[in-house]
Amino acid sequence: MFSFVVRRLMVAVPTLLILVVLSFVLMYAAPGGPFNSERPLPPEVLANIQAKYGLDQPFWKRITDYIWGVVAHFDFGPSFKFKDRSVNDIIAQGFPVTLTYGFWSFVLATVVGVTLGTAAAIKQNSWLDYLAVGFSVGAQVLPNFVMAPILLLVFTLWLGWLPGGGWNGGEWPYLIMPVIALSTSYMASIARIMRSSMLEVLNTNFIRTAQAKGIPMRRVILRHAMKPAILPLLSYLGPAFVGMITGSVVIDAFFSTGGIGTFFVNSAFSRDYSVMMGITILVGALTILFNLVVDILYAWIDPKIRY
Amino acid sequence: MFPNRTTVEDIENAAALAEVQGRSLWASARARFMRNKAAVVSLIVLILVAAFALFGGFFAQWERDFVDFSLMGRNAHLGVPSFETGHYFGTDNSGRDLFARTVQGTGISLMVGIVGAMVAVLVGTLYGATAGYFGGRVDGIMMRIVDVLMSIPFMFVLILMLVIFGRSILMLFIGIGLISWLDMARIARGQTLTIKNKEFVEVAVATGVHPLRIILRHIIPNLLGIVVVYATLLVPNMIIFESFISFLGLGVQEPNTSLGALISEGAGTMQYGTLWQLLFPLFFFVLTIFAFFFVGDGLRDALDPKDR
Amino acid sequence: MTFKSTLMATTAAVFTVVGSAAFAEAHATHPVTGEILAADQTFTYRDLDESPSIDPGVVEDSAGGDIVRDLFEGLMNQDADGNIVPGVAQSYEVSDDLLTYTFTLRDAKWSNGDPVLASDFVYAWRRAASPELASPYSWFLELMAVENVSEVIAGEMPTDALGISAPDDHTVVVKITQPLPYFPQMLTHYTTFPVPEKVVEELGAEWTKPGNMVSNGAYVLTEHVPQEKLVRERNPMYWDNENTIIEKVTSLVINDEDTALTRYLAGELDRTDIPAGQFPALQAEYPEDVMSVPNACSYYYTINLTDTTNPALLDVNVREALSLAVDRDIIVHNVLAGGQKPAYTFTHWATAGFETPETPMVSMTQAERNEKAAELMEAAGYGSDNPLSLELIYNSSSAHESIAVAVSQMWKQTLGVETTLGNEEWQVFLETRGNQDYQIARGAWCADYNEASTFLDLMQSESGYNDAKYVNAEYDALMAEAKTSDNPQVQYTAAEQLIAQDVPIIPIYHYAADKMLRHNVKGWPYNNFQQNWYARDLYIVAD
Repeated sequence: MFSFVVRRLMVAVPTLLILVVLSFVLMYAAPGGPFNSERPLPPEVLANIQAKYGLDQPFWKRITDYIWGVVAHFDFGPSFKFKDRSVNDIIAQGFPVTLTYGFWSFVLATVVGVTLGTAAAIKQNSWLDYLAVGFSVGAQVLPNFVMAPILLLVFTLWLGWLPGGGWNGGEWPYLIMPVIALSTSYMASIARIMRSSMLEVLNTNFIRTAQAKGIPMRRVILRHAMKPAILPLLSYLGPAFVGMITGSVVIDAFFSTGGIGTFFVNSAFSRDYSVMMGITILVGALTILFNLVVDILYAWIDPKIRY
Repeated sequence: MFPNRTTVEDIENAAALAEVQGRSLWASARARFMRNKAAVVSLIVLILVAAFALFGGFFAQWERDFVDFSLMGRNAHLGVPSFETGHYFGTDNSGRDLFARTVQGTGISLMVGIVGAMVAVLVGTLYGATAGYFGGRVDGIMMRIVDVLMSIPFMFVLILMLVIFGRSILMLFIGIGLISWLDMARIARGQTLTIKNKEFVEVAVATGVHPLRIILRHIIPNLLGIVVVYATLLVPNMIIFESFISFLGLGVQEPNTSLGALISEGAGTMQYGTLWQLLFPLFFFVLTIFAFFFVGDGLRDALDPKDR
Repeated sequence: MTFKSTLMATTAAVFTVVGSAAFAEAHATHPVTGEILAADQTFTYRDLDESPSIDPGVVEDSAGGDIVRDLFEGLMNQDADGNIVPGVAQSYEVSDDLLTYTFTLRDAKWSNGDPVLASDFVYAWRRAASPELASPYSWFLELMAVENVSEVIAGEMPTDALGISAPDDHTVVVKITQPLPYFPQMLTHYTTFPVPEKVVEELGAEWTKPGNMVSNGAYVLTEHVPQEKLVRERNPMYWDNENTIIEKVTSLVINDEDTALTRYLAGELDRTDIPAGQFPALQAEYPEDVMSVPNACSYYYTINLTDTTNPALLDVNVREALSLAVDRDIIVHNVLAGGQKPAYTFTHWATAGFETPETPMVSMTQAERNEKAAELMEAAGYGSDNPLSLELIYNSSSAHESIAVAVSQMWKQTLGVETTLGNEEWQVFLETRGNQDYQIARGAWCADYNEASTFLDLMQSESGYNDAKYVNAEYDALMAEAKTSDNPQVQYTAAEQLIAQDVPIIPIYHYAADKMLRHNVKGWPYNNFQQNWYARDLYIVAD
């Protein structure tokens, strides 16, 4: 187990390095620099700016300086666009926001999804089952950039119950719509997976035996069926988490939450190389971490798996 | 966003079974599929949607890029869906016929889905089959690379690529294909490992057939079933994915359009009383994806006779 | 989570303070008009995007400018009509050769109580020009022709060679290298604003953070969450504090304009932008809230005249035909529909002291224009048997797209021209256009100051922004002559006629600023052509 974790971590380092080099090269090759504007800057002004951000250095110097800065000082450099702030500032501000609503979406999606999926499986082919299946397919198909403006119109404009955006330090009224918009499609996927794996478990011999022995259904489900049924779900949670981070692009655009989604997309558009790299590396690192956590959980829940 | 590991495992089980039971399974699978009402209805729906995309253009009264200047900016009142004006689905903000555009959008979305899935399947199958066939160190290295790539947040990389190299359908296909071949590669590898010990492969090896030929002629045809199932499940995800890219404004270019682009435009304007701009494209979007999901599930269940 | 709790605590504290202050002022009336003021004098508005900086020396966008104008005050301010009024400078004198300006400062204070000294201006200007700060807006000082500015920026001279000095604490002397009639006007620009030398030297880049920032404007920065909001509140140290009515100004960053409108309608904002095409509907429904005023920008298509272009475009007949066939009325009334005006000439019609010249195209009806366009096209050898194919690029935005779609259809329907549309993301677009790697491209120009030369200088042969690469010695001569002319309108008219004749660009429309502005917000500078607004001039009346 321990050696497995070490091995995975050792793969993580080259992966991150590949990611850094890949995105650095992409941006290096990109047409259009961060300092193009409607009004081209006079050469002497441009020269000053390029010198300030080290853009006048050769490629190798730039990339090694960058990697050294990240590795040795955990410093992602200054933002090219936001002249008053560094990439570390931006991530420190945007990431907790994304993580907060991402976390609650994750919790909501998992809890509701698992409950719904289990209920549907127990009452297979009942109205509850059909309702659950219908909901989950529908929710999975409705894009969240359609859901978000609908929520806004209903809860902000018509009912006036919730603020239409902003973050305000994460007070709960500001959290509700982002969490709903972000979680529904994952909720649906989780319900679907849970339903099918629960059905499978319920049909296995050991559950049938347990039932035959007269153990109450609730107990059978919670004590015996839940653990094996949730196993297939685990492998979905890694990608789901990453999907939620990516989904923050939409959430930030509609609810002005100020998470890293907006920063990422805007930085890509404005060629703010350092912000773009910083966020890509961060998300890459999280992806690796999350996949690792899931694998460990997997091994822990299912003793059959050996690494 | 993509078929998860559960689906992948199901497919592998199904394929394994198919392998064990031989040809006759395909016949019984077809019979089982035909008994699955939802899947059959969905298949019919898919055929209808495809027909709409292919032949709907003949019924349009207007060309898809024709701007009716008298309707421009007034579509909330004058661009209402109507048979009299010939704008069956109404018009969009620029005074273009939404019916013609929905036809085109459906076509492009289907194409993005299918071509994207094909890229993924092609690359993934070849890669996986190669790794599985050679085994040993080659396999180890190739699969480590897959592991490494799986940890890269490709959605971010794709956004970078589209921003940097300009948006084009080609770039979209490459990007989407790049993201989704990894799972396929794993499945194909697993299957190849079992197939390569079969007699017909061993015979081919013994007679000195070139490895590439063995992979192409003997291994890949035997992976076909599993590939089809996976591809069916991949297509709707590709379409959803494309809609997200279109939302970011990085999708297909005007005057071309896709369902995702139309929906995203419609979602932006729904508060201005032009709800048809959202509902018509959304209807086709939802219909297509529903149908693909059910057909995919049906195919998988048909190949995997486990009781569900 | 300490980050979060600190933030919440600050927010709570801020609310308490503002709440009590607003309560104390309940039922106050406006000192001049006598209108009853609302108890809550908070003004909240939408910004499209987070500004790159709120440091006066660095700020580069107009939204950042709005913020900086509230936080800082320069030598001069603009009034509601855009005329210059005294700011920190009470008065100024100009030397006879028009090259030396001497400003006398009033007793103003920084928000920490320190006096605003002449040396703060000197420091700020030197800082803005210094290669170390590398401000993207240092070119503005070049535009102002401050002595030695180019050398200072290029690092060839030390910053203290810059033509600004402070003989005593209340006097600023500026030396410029050529007479500029609009020089005082330029001092209302944020790059010329003072910064507190002590604070900046002590804190470095950190000085713009809330709590650190010391400013001399009517407001001080109290909260700033990038990509979410920026809050500024009354500065009691401001010299004209008694006449400031708005207590608190909040700008919220909302990327999506439709969402912003929803939030405006839900009462969360006092001001937001009107999405293209929605003006008439909103005007019908909220007649007291919509505003549309001329805004100092012109929208045009620029035609590549270098050899990398489509050869057909080198034929002036083709260019004129393309220009004639663009039905500006449709673009203005149907696509945009927000009070914009059709443009047949380049300079914005509302520019001070400028009279839009008559060109042949103006007096024709669109039917006549289309007819003439078809004739010209035929004369150039293009028709249904030999259709012309063009490429038109624009930067990604739904409004530019709508216009490009409309124009390409006009060309198709009137002239049979097939146009391929190319939508490029902003940074790429600028590069493509700047390298003349295009056939026809979208362009827009906004006035730096309120005078026609800010537009017309663009088309000079040597201008860096002349993306058409239009070269005409006669035009250059006219623009040079205008600089010293008693009545430059003569030269400007001739220059506009040259553009109309040679068609290096196709002017399309002159901008208007369409906004939703809540009906109880008064004091908006509707007549300020550059739409430079100061929150201290606004007030909110009771409903």
